[in-house]
This record gives sequence, structure tokens and C-alpha cells, in this order.
Amino acid sequence: MVRSLLPTILPTLLHGLTVLLLPPLLPGLIAKTKAVMAGRQGPPVLQLYYDLAKLARKRAVFSRTTTWVFLAGPVGGVAAGLAASCLVPFGHTPAPVSFEGDVILFAYLFGLARFLTILSALDTGSSFEGMGAAREATFSALAEPALFLGFAALAKATSSLSLGTMLAFPGSLTARFTGPLILVLAGWAIVYLAENSRIPVDDPNTHLELTMIHEVMVLDHSGRPFALVLYGASLKLLVLGALILTPALPRAAHAWQNWLAFYVALGGLAVTVGLVESSMARFRMTKVPQFLVAGVLATGFAFLLLLV
Amino acid sequence: MRLYLLALLAAAASGVPGFFLRRRGGEVAVGLLGVAAVMGLGASLAVLSGSQGGSIALRTAALGSPGLLVLDPLAAFFSIPVLLLSACGAIYGLGYWGGRRGNTPGLRLVYGLLTASLLLLVVASHALTFLLAWEGMAIAAFVLVMAEDREAETRRAGWIYLVATHTGTLFLFAAFALLAKVQGHSGFAVLPVGLAATRGGTALFVLFLLGFGFKAGVFPLHFWLPPAHAAAPSHVSALMSGVLLKMGILGLVRFLSWVPDPPSWWGGTLVALGALSGILGVAFALGQHDLKRLLAYHSIENIGIILLGLGLGILGKSLGNPLMQALGFAGALLHVVNHGLFKGLLFLSAGSVLHATGTRELERLGGLTQRMPWTSGAFLTGSWAICGLPPLNGFVSEWLIYLGAFRGLGLGRQAWPVVILLSLALIGALALACFAKAFGTVFQGLPRTEGAVRAHEAPRTMLFPMGLLALACVGIGVAPVLIAPALGRAMEVLAPGAGWALSSLAGLPVISGMALALGLLALLLGWWLRPVPQKGDLPTWDCGYAAPNARMQYTASSFADGLIRGLHWALRPMVHLPRVSGWFPHATRYDSHVPDPVLDRAAAPALRLSVRATALLRVAQGGELPVYLLYVLLTLLALLIWMVA
Repeated sequence: MVRSLLPTILPTLLHGLTVLLLPPLLPGLIAKTKAVMAGRQGPPVLQLYYDLAKLARKRAVFSRTTTWVFLAGPVGGVAAGLAASCLVPFGHTPAPVSFEGDVILFAYLFGLARFLTILSALDTGSSFEGMGAAREATFSALAEPALFLGFAALAKATSSLSLGTMLAFPGSLTARFTGPLILVLAGWAIVYLAENSRIPVDDPNTHLELTMIHEVMVLDHSGRPFALVLYGASLKLLVLGALILTPALPRAAHAWQNWLAFYVALGGLAVTVGLVESSMARFRMTKVPQFLVAGVLATGFAFLLLLV
Repeated sequence: MRLYLLALLAAAASGVPGFFLRRRGGEVAVGLLGVAAVMGLGASLAVLSGSQGGSIALRTAALGSPGLLVLDPLAAFFSIPVLLLSACGAIYGLGYWGGRRGNTPGLRLVYGLLTASLLLLVVASHALTFLLAWEGMAIAAFVLVMAEDREAETRRAGWIYLVATHTGTLFLFAAFALLAKVQGHSGFAVLPVGLAATRGGTALFVLFLLGFGFKAGVFPLHFWLPPAHAAAPSHVSALMSGVLLKMGILGLVRFLSWVPDPPSWWGGTLVALGALSGILGVAFALGQHDLKRLLAYHSIENIGIILLGLGLGILGKSLGNPLMQALGFAGALLHVVNHGLFKGLLFLSAGSVLHATGTRELERLGGLTQRMPWTSGAFLTGSWAICGLPPLNGFVSEWLIYLGAFRGLGLGRQAWPVVILLSLALIGALALACFAKAFGTVFQGLPRTEGAVRAHEAPRTMLFPMGLLALACVGIGVAPVLIAPALGRAMEVLAPGAGWALSSLAGLPVISGMALALGLLALLLGWWLRPVPQKGDLPTWDCGYAAPNARMQYTASSFADGLIRGLHWALRPMVHLPRVSGWFPHATRYDSHVPDPVLDRAAAPALRLSVRATALLRVAQGGELPVYLLYVLLTLLALLIWMVA
């Protein structure tokens, strides 16, 4: 009984553990890469784990303006992120939950997280947080079509509506599909940088609130709520990372090889983000929409290529 | 059927006792409408769970047709939002109108008559009953929109509404006349195969689309909708937006259900109109400063989503793809009910805000969550649902349409499915921005005016219906499996034999599971975060600024500014910049607003032109009766001469 159940439970267990424990490593890797590139020592790779542990023990401070909605942002961000993580396959290991049309739920769970984060920022009544919230809402209106055009292209290519089969299709890539796939991944890479508030869209380390997007929305959070915000952000790096890594990974013969490939690719993704951040500056705010439109165009062309 | 008719009569009579009672007339009316709702829901749910609905047939051969009134699953499905919202609106009206001038027996009578005509319209299956109920609905709604007719704005809105609705009815008369000519009688029956491809079929489609498009508020026929919804009393706005607009959809759905072989360009047209209404509806909503006008533009957006679903269904029907057809129609029908629920909820909460603060201006509100926690929760639930976010009901219907569109991608070189996908994605993202703006400005931060500071929670009679609608939104969102069979039966009227496609969806139970998991997780995390009492009363940390005040907050206009700039080619906002001159400039003002493209830029100038042109005829119009009698006499003489000759 146990022996027969083990192969099905084990991947799910590993999936869950990865989701819960791995995410804080990714921002650490990015920061380390940036530090090395700049010739600095930089914080330890595990810094975010220490931060989370410290914040969990600290008491939060609440402004008199805030209401319960202020807490809905951090809670919703993590809850929706965890729910979405169940739907996405990690490399060629199937996702724990998979059904026809889960791709829409996946995208809308991130929408939910964004909605609650924006409301939580507006709850403070701070002008700066309103500014960040407005930017987040504006830019995501351009990221969303890019994401869905990518889904449309993959759905067209694989005749499937489930993330599992859409992303982790058989390794035997036909030559006809390689071009569109590259375009989809390029478009999604732009979405990835924007959704995770990375350079060149947003600079997580900037010191001027006027130029921030995501960081300025959580200025008032502290203690445990802030711990959830940080964890939620790193979770997004992982889950959306799995989205853009899976189609690019080759399928291996053994399950452990698939897992290994996924972890290595994830590390590689974090390092790449670090390299991108080291090699360029943040765009002017007015340039950001153009950058995002490039993502829409890339995924749109991918879809057109599949039509002809 | 008998139970349904009893409900209809109870609704029609609900306002009558009020004329004879000195007191409690309002409560009696609410009671009767409540009884009507219970009876009607009983009848409709019985039909939706599979029992025969029955019909009232017409014996006279002269009008010869299958029946006058038929309670089929489609009618039963559409009657649910009618019954629910009219009862909720009536209860709400008790608190909203309260001791105010508006709560007259006359208005209550009209409210009952409006409900009755809606109920009649839903089951009508003959051009005669349909048009009778249609006019009853239009006129009753006009009276209710004019309830606060002391305001010039209300009178203007009511006038525009009346003109628009009758223009639509004119097209309907033409359409039904053509229909009677084509099929030989005026009953509702399936049209012969092959008719749709002929010129007559095309004319029918265009006429019905125009006639019902006016009522549904399809872009660009929507122009009457924002002023009327803003001016009407809030529970009437809820009924208008949640139910009245859907009667346009009902008509369209009825027409489409008679056509066994719609050409695919019909589907394409519906999708194109849906994309236009959806995207422009939400874009114009972003530009509004008036809470109820904002919600009204969102009704246009949601009508767009419903049209996207209908168009998808028609495409599936004409291309012979049962799954696409089933998902498109099911999504559209479910969105009809869902939009009724959450838009009703939003209008009722907006009404509470208006009731408590006396203003609908977004920029004059703020901080209401602390003063009106229940209203705030209701508005948040409605916003959550209308943005299509899981786990509420808006997500389920949009999910069905998305799924159908993804299905359609596999069909050769069809471009429409990807149009649907893109429009839905864009609408979703923009709606999220718009409701973040609305909720954030009205309910969060600090109150911006004295009126908002002094706001108080609404009375229980207003909160109860809001709670009921919010529960329905959550219920459908968390357990869509429960309504799937009823939805399947209603859809079979449109797509015979496609009901299986809906019951084969494996995703619905999983969505329920995910919803519950999400809720549990949120509770757990919320418990971990529970605030401990803190020392001192602390302000928001405003980047070191020590004395932030309410006027320094981000406003609704600034929140939407980025998106409005991006969409300026469509919105064309009018900005009046402050003029500053001299060394010691006087006080100055800045304002910006987004005018309606059709009403303010096309319809109004065109009408002004026609008024100027017809002014020439005034020469003959002196206002004296003898002169007019002379005209009559001359006309008769002329006719006589013409006939003899």
C-alpha cells in the first residue's frame, strides 16, 4: 500500500516543501550576484531567511488610518501565491492540482494578489503609497495581455488548456514550434521582470520613494505583515519562474533528474536576473509601458506564427 | 406556471394597499413583493430542476401561435435576478427613502408594476405580450428614474432615457413585423433552416440587434445609460443595471434560440461589439468622478462580456463545435445572473454612501471603512466579484467564457477566439484598476470632506439586502457545481443537446476546493497576523513628513491618470488648466472630466442641429386651437379630393 502510494505522494510533498522553504533563497541569489558584479561582498545568500525570522518575532505598528483591509494585502498575496503554486508544474514534474482551464485560475490568482496589495496600500491614505498603487495597476494592464497571448500560443500549439500539459510538453520539439516558443519566453521574461518589480521596470533597492512601484506600496507594513509581504514577493519569483522555465527544460528519464534540472535552472534564473540588474539602469517611468508593449508584441507574434 | 402568475399578480398589486393605508404602506408593499419573490423563485427553481414549466396558450386562431406565455428553463433562469433584485430593492427602499419625499404610494405602485412587467416579459412568448411587457417596463422605469425630478440633471437624464428606449422599441416593432411576415404568425417559434442566410434573416438580425442593443446598452447605443443610472434612486439603479439591461440580452438570446443555423458572421459581429463595449465601457469608467456613473459604465463593460460569450456560442454553433457553443452560452447566461447580483450589490452600497454623506463625488469621500464597516464590506465584495477575481461568482462565468475561447483556438484559422481572450484579459486588468480606484478613494484613507467625516452606517433595512446579495455572490463563486445543472437546462434552450458539455467540466469542483483552501489559508494567516493592542495613536508614516492631512492623499483622478493618458485617443478627456497670471495671482481652479463620446460628442450636437432645422416649421405652429382645427379641416379636405380623384 505504502510502496504504491509513495511515488504519487513524494512529488507532491517535495513540491510543497519547495514552495514553503525555497523562495527566500532567490532574492538572496539575486542580491549576491549583483554584489559580486559590483565588486562588493554583499549580504549572505540566506539573508532573507534571517530577516523573516526576525520580523516574525517583531510587533507590527499600525497607523490610525488603517483598517482590516491593510492586512488583506499581505495575507492575500501569500494565500493566492500558494494556491497558484499548486497549479504550476516544477520542471517536468506534474503539478499537484491540474484541471482543464487551470491556466485562467492561475492568472487570476495573481490578479487577486495584486488587487489586495493595491487596496492594502491605499488603506494607509499615504500619497506615496497611492502613487505606487496607481503605477502597479497601470503597468499590470499591459502585462496581462502579454501573459494571456503567451497562454493562447501555447494552447494552440499543444491543444491543451491545462498548465501541466501546456508547459511540460514532450521534449520532441518540432522545428516549427521552436520560433514561437522563443518569442513566448522572451515576452514572458519581460512580464517576469515587471511582475517581480525588477530592473529595468522597478528598482527594489532605490532610495527615493517617488520612483518606486512595489516597494512604496508596502512602506507602512512592519513586523509579521511585512514578513508575509517579503515571503509573498519571493514566492512570486519562484512560481512565475517555474512558468517560464518549464517550457525551456529538456525532459529527463528519471524523476530526480527532472527535479535537479529544475533547481539548477531556477538558480540560473536568479543569477540571470541579477546580471540583468547589474548591467542596466531602471527605465524612466514613461518608458516602462513601451517595454511592456514589447512583451505583448513578442507573444502576439508567437501566436501569429502558429496561425500560419 | 400558476404559481409564477400568482407571483406576477402579487408584484403588480404590491403598491395598491398603500393608497388605502394611512401608515405602513411601504411595509405592506415589501411584504407582497417578498411573497412574490418566494413564489416566483419556487416556480422557477422547479422548472430549472427539471419539472415541466407549462404555458398559457392562445385559443383564438387569428393570432395563431404556440402560446402567449411560456415558462421554459430560459425564462426561469432570467426570472431569478428579477425576483431577487426587486425584493432586495424594495426592502432597501424602506430605509433609503425612509421619511423622505420620494416614498410616495405612487412610486411604490410603479415599482411593483415594473417588477410585474419584468416578470411578464421574461415569460412572454408572443410578440404581443412581449411588446406589451416591454413598454410597461420602459415607462415604469422612466417614472422611477424621474423620482427626484426637482433636479434638472434628473429631468434631463429621464428625457434622454425615454427617447433612447423608444427609439429601440421602434426597431423592435419593425423586427417583429418582419418576423410575422416571414413565419406567418407572431408567436415565438423556431425559424426554418436556411432562413438566417437570406436577406430577410440578415434584416431580422440587424433589427433585433439594434432594438435590443439600445436596451442592453451596447456601445455605441449606451449613451442613455450613465445619466439615467446616476440620477435614479439607488435601488432603482440596482434594478435597472442588474435586470433591465439584461432584458435586452434576454431578447437577443430568445431571437438567437429560434435560429437553428446562424451564420458565423453573426458570432463575429457579437464578439466585435462585445469587445468594443467591454473595453470602452471600462475605459470610460476609469475616467468618471461620480460613483454611480462609474458603476453605470461598468454595466456597459459587463454587457460586453456577456456579448463576448454569446458571440462565442454562436461561432461554436455555426462551426459545429458543441463544447465552444456550450461554454460560450453558459458563460454568457451565468454572467447575466452574476452581474445582476454584484452590480445590484454595488449600486445598493453606493446608495448607502450617498445616503450617509450626501454626495456621489469620489473626490469628496474617503475613510468610510471606519465609519461604515458593513457597507464597505459589501462594496468590497461587489468589487471583488466584478473584477472576476476568484473565489467569487464573477470568476466562474468569465472562466467559462475563457475556457470556450481557448477551445476555439484549436479551430483552424479563426481569429475571434483570440480577440475574446485578449479583450477579457484587458477588461479584467482595467476593471481591477478602476475598482481599486473606487474602493480606495471612497472607503480608504482619510475622509476628504466634512460630509464624509460625519458619515454613519446605513440602517438595517438597507444592510440586509446587501448582505443577501453578497452571500449569493460568494455562494456561486465557492460552489459553482450547485448551479451547473440549472445553467445547463437554461442553456439547452439556446443549444439543444449541448447540456452534457457543462456537466463534463472537471474544473468546477476543483475550483470549489481551491476556493475553500484559499479561504482557510487566509484565515490561518489572518490569525497569525492578528493585531495586538499597541501603545499610542500613530499616523501613517508618510516618508518622514510629520503632518500629513486628508487633502494630501492621492485622489481618484491621480490614481487613474496614467491609464487615462494611455487611453486618451479613445477617452479624449477635457482638461481645464488653471490660468495663473500677474505677480499675485488670484485663486484658480483646475478640472478634468471625460465626456461621453456618443451623447456629448455625437447625439447631442446632432439633435441640436435637427432642432434648428425643424425650427422652420414653427411658423405654422402658433399655439392657437382654431388654427390647428383649420389644419385638420384642410387635411381632411385634401384627402377627400385625393380619394375622389
